Amino acid sequence: MKNPPFKQLWQTVLGFEVHIELETSSKMFCGCPADHFGASPNTQVCPVCLGLPGALPVPNARAIEWCIKLGLAMGCQVNLFSKFDRKNYFYPDLPKGYQITQYDIPFCHDGELLGHKIKRVHLEEDTAKLQHQENMTLIDFNRSGVPLVEVVTEADFKDSGDSDVFLKELQQIIRALGISSADMEKGSMRLEANISVRHPGEPLPKYKVEVKNVNSFRFIKKAIDYEVARQIQLLESGQTPVQETRGFKEATGETVSQRVKEEAHDYRYFPEPDIPPLQFTKQQIESWRSELPVLPVQVRQELITKHHLSPQYAVIISSDQVMYAEFLKNPTQNMADALVNKRPLKTVSPSVPELKIRYVAKHVIAANPKAVADLKSGKQQALFFLIGQIKKEIGEINIKMAQKVIDELVQ
Amino acid sequence: MDVKHVAKLANLILKPAEEAKLKKQFEETLKTVDVINELDTSNIDPTSQVTGLINVTRDDKIDKSRIIKIGDYFKVPAIFNAQ
Amino acid sequence: MLNKLTLIEALAGLRAKKFTSAELVQSCLDQIKKHNKKLNAFLAINENALDEAKQITANDQRPLAGIPIAVKDNFLTVGLPTTASSKVLEGYMPQYESTVTRRLKDAGAIIIGKTNMDAWAHGSSTETSDFGATLNPWNSSHLPGGSSGGSAAAVAADMCIAAIGSETAGSIRQPAAWCGITGFKPTYGRVSRYGVIAMASSTDSPGPLTKTVGDSALITQIIAGHDPYDATSSPKSVPDFVSNLKSKISNLKIGFAKEYLVKEIRPEVKQVILDAAKKFADLGAKVDEVKLLHPKYSIGVYTIVQRSEVSSNLARYDGIRYGHDRSYFGDEAKRRIMLGTYVLSSGYYDRYYNKAQKVRTLIIKDFEQAFKKFDLIIGPVSPSPALPIGASKGSPMFGELEDMLLEPSSIAGLTSISVPCGFVDGLPIGLQITGPQFAEKLVMQAAHSYQQATTWHHEKPTL
Repeated sequence: MKNPPFKQLWQTVLGFEVHIELETSSKMFCGCPADHFGASPNTQVCPVCLGLPGALPVPNARAIEWCIKLGLAMGCQVNLFSKFDRKNYFYPDLPKGYQITQYDIPFCHDGELLGHKIKRVHLEEDTAKLQHQENMTLIDFNRSGVPLVEVVTEADFKDSGDSDVFLKELQQIIRALGISSADMEKGSMRLEANISVRHPGEPLPKYKVEVKNVNSFRFIKKAIDYEVARQIQLLESGQTPVQETRGFKEATGETVSQRVKEEAHDYRYFPEPDIPPLQFTKQQIESWRSELPVLPVQVRQELITKHHLSPQYAVIISSDQVMYAEFLKNPTQNMADALVNKRPLKTVSPSVPELKIRYVAKHVIAANPKAVADLKSGKQQALFFLIGQIKKEIGEINIKMAQKVIDELVQ
Repeated sequence: MDVKHVAKLANLILKPAEEAKLKKQFEETLKTVDVINELDTSNIDPTSQVTGLINVTRDDKIDKSRIIKIGDYFKVPAIFNAQ
Repeated sequence: MLNKLTLIEALAGLRAKKFTSAELVQSCLDQIKKHNKKLNAFLAINENALDEAKQITANDQRPLAGIPIAVKDNFLTVGLPTTASSKVLEGYMPQYESTVTRRLKDAGAIIIGKTNMDAWAHGSSTETSDFGATLNPWNSSHLPGGSSGGSAAAVAADMCIAAIGSETAGSIRQPAAWCGITGFKPTYGRVSRYGVIAMASSTDSPGPLTKTVGDSALITQIIAGHDPYDATSSPKSVPDFVSNLKSKISNLKIGFAKEYLVKEIRPEVKQVILDAAKKFADLGAKVDEVKLLHPKYSIGVYTIVQRSEVSSNLARYDGIRYGHDRSYFGDEAKRRIMLGTYVLSSGYYDRYYNKAQKVRTLIIKDFEQAFKKFDLIIGPVSPSPALPIGASKGSPMFGELEDMLLEPSSIAGLTSISVPCGFVDGLPIGLQITGPQFAEKLVMQAAHSYQQATTWHHEKPTL
């Protein structure tokens, strides 16, 4: 749908709900492992996350801390008094028939990132995983109860390009905080785009279309573009787009209807009686704020102002932790060029042969089974750790080569 | 009360005779509980927790002692309109 | 007959090697065999009870070693079915143990069986059980009360040495009163709810039903205390309830709740209660009238809050992971789920749920004011003695109306006990003694003093 007529008379109303699976050790309300990647179905469940009769939730302190840190990293205010609430609805992936979430007093609210307003950042529990087969649906509760942070933005994005930058920045922040792999393909970062269209100056449209289950930045961008054009076409022909949930068909680049979102569900929210409220002190919040790592925007700032790199270089280097770490060891333009263009460094530096790297890597891998397990389950930090261990043994090495060797050995 | 709507929210299937009977019973019940509106609560906060406890959390540690190894999927008839 | 012993007597007898645990358990099993078919107090009997008893030696120092205890069927017990008296959970074998029963087992107790209750604890009669009503041992054409009716009847009929029940608003104290035994409701949060099928999460309180106050003190000592698996369980240390029971009550200021002498109360019951109040005065306590909010407000608050929480707590029963589907719910359960769903629903939340929780604050404050002037508050448990079979079918709010005198203290999360204090028409009457949160010791001391000075609790039904 290229260049539909009168497109310039329409304004996109675009906002996002982002769900982030936290990489805590245990689930949100019980001690089951939170890392469910590759586990056999229903082997990481307990009375709590299975919703057995008589089971009770006890909240994960680290999940609360990480949720608030994410909010603080985006300039949010923190509600010093907060609580959990029950969101009541029936679906086979919801074992208790309600989800424990936050309704009217989320942990964080009113922040800002790259000029976009963050309405709220709150904590809730994930649902089970459904697998649809022809005659039946299979349910795996390993994922049930995993901590989820939900970030809700204002609908102030003007187009998909605008949101693409934002979403990638959000991902960077989450990774810098070390609270989640924020991997869209793995499902540890899930996007829901809320899209509608109106004439500039008019009140908000009475409908909105939710686009979800799109697992890459590239596709969500395409989906938004397609959806905006689709809605404009409908509106111009005198129809109102149906309020519904749509998915994205990669093959055709179209959004497709999944579920008609009837009038808003009546979730009958009420305060969770099984969990006492939370009360934070200002000191606690400031202490958490002081623990925030250097954030991507600050890294970029520093690369530009202190190291005199171009904004483009700053974006590339700041978005790759390994590259950034390498740059800091030798913060020169030369180094930056080499890293960005992936050229071998034109300076005298020890070049350790691959065979030696391989030899040491084998020992390091054997000595660090946990890191290897972490790496296999997708944890980036584990790779840096192993590389660090190799360097401890033999000093300066070519990072890309070390990465290649480790990848081959850890098959 | 729209008994049909409430039954849907509550995921209960009621027979028409049940619906009619319930509707009448609810009217009686709601009348009885309405007495709470006699009391002035204009400056009163609601109580949802009588314990007075706050900040009850647990450390982020794996607890293997409660794990139940079901080892297989739970199955339900195919859900259409699904994601 | 060994089954007629109190818990303290049974423990002493076992330690003194007067009899074995196996003999004690056998005695109870015989009584169950004789009377349970008629009374229907038990839904399930532990087939291994006798074997477990044979493992107990007289030298076993554990505080409840060898004692047969009955447990209400809303406590999850591994090895015994747990149904909450509902067809939805018929045959359900739990995959984990409730904290309360685990503590009892760790203390050496033998769970002799699971007792009947109002299905899902929705009631004050045990008549809404999906597996038939329990009959009152004092008069089998009358109800035992509820929802812990099976446990109360089992203790009254000496089918066990003691029993465990739970109270959301009246479900321990009322059946205890109707069955002429002692029923103790600890402060909300004093005993873990982990593994108890939830009714109203914000008031559910597990507690003992026993033959004497001394027995209640001992069991509460074992089951009380913080549980990391229950976020609402109190971190307060558990005082010694047992050793200071004999404290004199002559300096206590006891408030008599005049508003609890509601118009529904029978004059004979009123007289029994006034006599009990006078007994406290005779024991040296200072008894005066205390002004409290009328119980009618508690009925409103409790009905709304409880049914709301019920509607949510019963949402997990969809038949997918355990039990049967929702078509197996009985009428009372459906009624409460529906009402609860409605008062939480969009447009009604403020008028009902939120308003109820605000009035709840008023009730809590009302008690706080009262306890500034008084140490304890006493009053009737029930407007009448045990009602006849069929009485619960008369009203869609039978449970909540029946328990109106107990709802205020339950809503406020207080601690309270019901002790036998007389008879009307040959049926027992109970007196409630209520204290502020965590005043279990004081409540039990007063109750114990009363029992030392009276003999009502020694009376047993002719079966």
